[in-house]
Amino acid sequence: MTDAPADVVRLTAAETAAAIAAGELSAVEATQAALDRVAKVDDAVHAFLHVDAEGALTAAAGIDARRAAGEQLGPLAGVPLALKDVLTAKGMPTTCGSRILQGWYPPYDATVTARLRAADIVILGKANMDEFAMGSSTENSAYGPTRNPWDLARIPGGSSGGSSAAVAAFEAPLAIGTDTGGSIRQPAAVCGLVGVKPTYGGVSRYGLVAFSSSLDQAGPLARTVTDAALLHAAIAGHDPMDSTSVEVPIPPVVEAAARLEVLGMRIGVVRELSGEGYEPGVQARFDEAVELLSQLGAEIVEVSCPHFDYALPAYYLIAPSECSSNLARFDAMRFGLRVGDNGEAGAEEVMSRTREAGFGPEVKRRVILGTYALSSGYYDAYYGQAQKVRTLISRDFAAAFERVDVLVSPTTPTVAFPIGAKADDPIAMYLNDLCTIPANLAGVPAMSVPAGLSEGLPVGFQIMAPAFADDRLYQVGGTLEAALDARRGHPLLDAAPAL
Amino acid sequence: MSTPAAVMTTPSYEDAFARYEPVIGLETHVELGTASKMFCGCATAFGAPPNSQVCPVCLGLPGALPVVNEAAIRFAVMIGLALNCQIASWCRFARKNYFYPDMPKNFQISQYDEPLCTDGWLAVEVDGEVHRVGITRVHLEEDTGKSLHVGGATGRIHGATHSLVDYNRAGIPLVEIVTEPDVRTPEVARAYVEELRELCRALAVSDVRMEQGSLRCDANVSLRLRVGPGEAEKPFGIRSETKNLNSLRSVERAIRSEIVRQAGRLDAGERIIQETRHFDEASGRTSSGRSKEEATDYRYFPEPDLTPLALSREYVEAVRASLTELPSQRRARLIAEHGFSDRDLVDMRNAGVLDLVEQTIAAGAPAPAARKWWLNELPRRAAGAGVTPAELAIRPVQVARVIELIAGGSLTDALARKVIDGVLAGEGGPDEVVAARGLAVVTDDSALSAAVDAAIAAAPELVDKFRAGKLNAVGPLVGAVMKAMKGKADAATVRALLLERLGAA
Ligand SMILES: [Zn+2]
Repeated sequence: MTDAPADVVRLTAAETAAAIAAGELSAVEATQAALDRVAKVDDAVHAFLHVDAEGALTAAAGIDARRAAGEQLGPLAGVPLALKDVLTAKGMPTTCGSRILQGWYPPYDATVTARLRAADIVILGKANMDEFAMGSSTENSAYGPTRNPWDLARIPGGSSGGSSAAVAAFEAPLAIGTDTGGSIRQPAAVCGLVGVKPTYGGVSRYGLVAFSSSLDQAGPLARTVTDAALLHAAIAGHDPMDSTSVEVPIPPVVEAAARLEVLGMRIGVVRELSGEGYEPGVQARFDEAVELLSQLGAEIVEVSCPHFDYALPAYYLIAPSECSSNLARFDAMRFGLRVGDNGEAGAEEVMSRTREAGFGPEVKRRVILGTYALSSGYYDAYYGQAQKVRTLISRDFAAAFERVDVLVSPTTPTVAFPIGAKADDPIAMYLNDLCTIPANLAGVPAMSVPAGLSEGLPVGFQIMAPAFADDRLYQVGGTLEAALDARRGHPLLDAAPAL
Repeated sequence: MSTPAAVMTTPSYEDAFARYEPVIGLETHVELGTASKMFCGCATAFGAPPNSQVCPVCLGLPGALPVVNEAAIRFAVMIGLALNCQIASWCRFARKNYFYPDMPKNFQISQYDEPLCTDGWLAVEVDGEVHRVGITRVHLEEDTGKSLHVGGATGRIHGATHSLVDYNRAGIPLVEIVTEPDVRTPEVARAYVEELRELCRALAVSDVRMEQGSLRCDANVSLRLRVGPGEAEKPFGIRSETKNLNSLRSVERAIRSEIVRQAGRLDAGERIIQETRHFDEASGRTSSGRSKEEATDYRYFPEPDLTPLALSREYVEAVRASLTELPSQRRARLIAEHGFSDRDLVDMRNAGVLDLVEQTIAAGAPAPAARKWWLNELPRRAAGAGVTPAELAIRPVQVARVIELIAGGSLTDALARKVIDGVLAGEGGPDEVVAARGLAVVTDDSALSAAVDAAIAAAPELVDKFRAGKLNAVGPLVGAVMKAMKGKADAATVRALLLERLGAA
């Protein structure tokens, strides 16, 4: 066994895997280093809801044994990862950040989990999240908020805030998040990471506890575009267990991440996603990044997507409608919390009391909203109208992609806000997702890549591409990352405060 | 809002029917006989230990997703085509949301405004008259689990101390077949369900066992006053829906009971409440369930976990080409080819021998003889052995051979029964049994003549009676000869010989 580098946890996933493959580092060492880091900083960050040290070390030892036996391992073999607690994994609890699932051990692996294991990625544990992925700050977790490693008084984004904080705090080089309205990209943006929502249907949803079935998509969070691409490639691809998974080849994301050129690419700046309401620092970093891409030879075009203005209200009808039905199964009958079963109460009363006690206020708000929107007599006015808006937004994208190869915008209107700042104002919180929601409604892939800092806090740059052209995100994102790093250094490695 | 029972007089069924026209629509659920469930790979066997045929999908565990079973789609299309329906080129599943412990996800994946099959009909015949029942729609959905209420006296939820749920049935594919309100008598309603059952059986898409719940029927019944010739028809009345009728007899009885009940209310000036009702087999009456006026809002919306179903024309045509002969087509053919009557067909169908008769005819037997043996002797043997006629250890081709031996004069009916005994006892085919047991009719004249002479010599008093004009005295003599021949003679031949010998012929 060789001496592990002192700052193993600061290696990228690709570097970690290369060191393991070269025999300079063992998977057990890499895993132990991550576990030590978790032990050191997670009291402050609270990125993890559950750490499976034993399972992680056992998996790592198995990987080392197979490498020692001469087996050729995959490009991420031995790399530790934080798994958002909305994906099932055998041997670990799945809570979705909710009381109602406290202590539930799923009897099966999500397809994403199974693919992580098949790629010899070491799952450290389950990452904190807004309850049932409903939120933009991770303040809605029933198990307490996660803090942003850049400033512990600020939110790490949400709903995949545990995932983003774990990567930003060097607890893991990789994390899996899920993105229903921006829940990977917004946490990536405010934590200075790369986060990708793949094309809807590109990554299996089997074992992803559904918030909004037609919008949810799992994807990678990482410190570099290449790391995100490697993880994307590991989890993507058709799954017969998910009817909405599409049978197409995985886009060549890893190759695209290494291409590092945008000469002649047409990049559309979305007019509706800038201007009023966008922090000056955010807008400035965005404008600089666009200018940089232009200097690198991309053709910059201003594009109008007029229906994006209606994306937020449409989203807040469709997502709650689907969630009101998806969350009906949490009824105390077969798994999870049971309240009020005193031998007298009937099933209906037990269900009602369990849901009252088990769901937090944001979940209740959305279940009630969705129940109302689907009610007979209101369906056409709300859910029906929202679906029409969704079609119009898809048409906006289709028209735009006839003119340009990718669309770009800031990922979020602001940098990370202080914990508690918007907790009592749902609308202000919802506005965080203004730029990210259109991609979910249209099912197209989108990435947030770091664009620098505003007043010491990370700013995200969003790239959107046509369905199943996820590789374009990586080509543009990789190019921008390389150019920005060359100018200012890597934001996380060079600028993030030590914990 | 109810009137004291004393004021309400219950009319007789005949009286009610004479004054009111019943308007009946039927909703039938057929559990499809696919090997696996609608949206997962679990087995569908009936009677397995509770919760032994379940998985994350059909238990509705968090994260699990449905995947459509192609066989269920094909079976539903077969039913739709057999019911003369249009098959949708594009349709979707929808979620029907309501909370119930035996419903794992607290929504049922069903179809709502975009069903798989629409606008069909089924012709049913009652007393020689053909009724064409319109089919509104045929759609696919998943079944729920089964609740068992423990601790109460009745097995009902009321009074039970706790409930158990078996999810083996959860996710089994169901088709719901909804008729137009076209049915006007309880007899036609029953005949419709019976015809539908035969149709599903012929298509081999379900075992359609009403007693096991694989075919369940709900009857919507309303009444309106009959009108005289030339008068405009009255609009439909308010209907009740009687749920879960689990036998053909119950379908007819429940509807009759509803007709009488509603007529009584209408006669007393009461209004009919739109509600769900339950039929009690023992009392023969329906009782009120929950009122539809305070019904759940099911909040249907398109199932986002499934992609729309877009069946190609080629697929539908391939299914159509694969359809077997339907019961109505078969009946028409059997009548035309073999001269059976409607009554014969009903009898043979009820006895479960239609296939056997056809196979026996195909093996060379005349149709009347095939019908006779499969309708009388063989079902009796089957009943005695506690099996169905099809399970008897005699094949149609062997029955055809027995019939051939009778026609050729080698066997009498009595001997044939003994041959059948031998075949059923595993002694071989009919010819082997005849040879081994020595059962062939003796046609050797000398042996028979000797037996006739011996019988006459042994009973002079009978001969005297006969000669004195008591012609029926020949009966015991025939019996004596048959006994001497050990049954291996044809009674008619023996009788003729005796009459000839006694000088009467
Ligand atoms: Zn199952």
